[in-house]
Amino acid sequence: MANSPILIREQRYHQIKALLARLRLDASARLVVLVDKDGQQIAVHGELGELDTTSLASLAAGNVAATGGMAKLIGEREFPTLSHEGERESIHISVIGRVLLLVVFDDRSSLGLVKLRSKQVSQELAQAFAEVERDSQASAADGSLPFGEITDEEIDSLFSQP
Amino acid sequence: MTFINYASREINCKIVYYGPGLCGKTTNLQHIYDSTAAQSKGKLISLATETDRTLFFDFMPLELGTVRGFKTRFHLYTVPGQVFYEASRKLILKGVDGVVFVADSQEERMDANIESLYNLEENLRSYGYELMKLPYVLQLNKRDLPNVVPPADLTAELQRKGEPVVEAIASNGVGVFDTLKAVAKQVLTELRKS
Repeated sequence: MANSPILIREQRYHQIKALLARLRLDASARLVVLVDKDGQQIAVHGELGELDTTSLASLAAGNVAATGGMAKLIGEREFPTLSHEGERESIHISVIGRVLLLVVFDDRSSLGLVKLRSKQVSQELAQAFAEVERDSQASAADGSLPFGEITDEEIDSLFSQP
Repeated sequence: MTFINYASREINCKIVYYGPGLCGKTTNLQHIYDSTAAQSKGKLISLATETDRTLFFDFMPLELGTVRGFKTRFHLYTVPGQVFYEASRKLILKGVDGVVFVADSQEERMDANIESLYNLEENLRSYGYELMKLPYVLQLNKRDLPNVVPPADLTAELQRKGEPVVEAIASNGVGVFDTLKAVAKQVLTELRKS
């Protein structure tokens, strides 16, 4: 494996969800998503509707990776925030260490408010994710990952499930 | 990087299809998408040019089933194969859990295969990954075309570490799921080791 797995325990997940819920309320946003820089969705809170948040997470990570590449070409380390303003819906993305905080908002809010509230919550999110990484490393070190005992038969059975 | 979420009982892994331009990476994903039940897959996202060449990546999430009470979801990505998309190709490899190298079996594409494989190893190294330590499958695609190199010769030239080699005709689905299974199994087996 390229890296050891990231493991999110329930308590930590609910802590992150609570931070997202608070941000959504404070920013009057439609939806808030926390995404890993590699494109994996970590947690989401808000009006989901029919929105495909898995694709949104993957595209957001691609977007940040591409603009990060452009930043390096012009001598910047990265662009810490990205905003895309549409006619009705807009997106604001903040890069917080190895995670991305994505806020979807409409005319009930404003870019300024979303930027301000995102910044306010970013330190707490960074701390929470640092705890997730510590948990993951500890679990990898003490062998308490849930798949340490997985058998070949169990892996094979995945491919025969309907 | 594999994500294990206890709250949603999900394991998420990232698999990247790599290879030279027009070798059939997108065709592999398209076949998986077309042959999978709606409840097991998400949307197939293609960031392509107007002539349907991959510009940045293709992406589709695929749910394989449940193991130990956890849903296993694989996020399948392709890279753009054309040489001049090097910068974006490299970005897609970040956080990869398993790689499929799709080789074009046609004689005239041998050099392109070798160049792309070399490029894969180099780009992996730039993230601190080693191909030798990564779940990896070699797919020999386009076996239905007339001017193909024999599998043994292709394998001798392209196999790096005794990885599974799958002959395929992605355009009609031959070998596509065998390839996916071979890499997915390795990814889950790695999870056991870690």
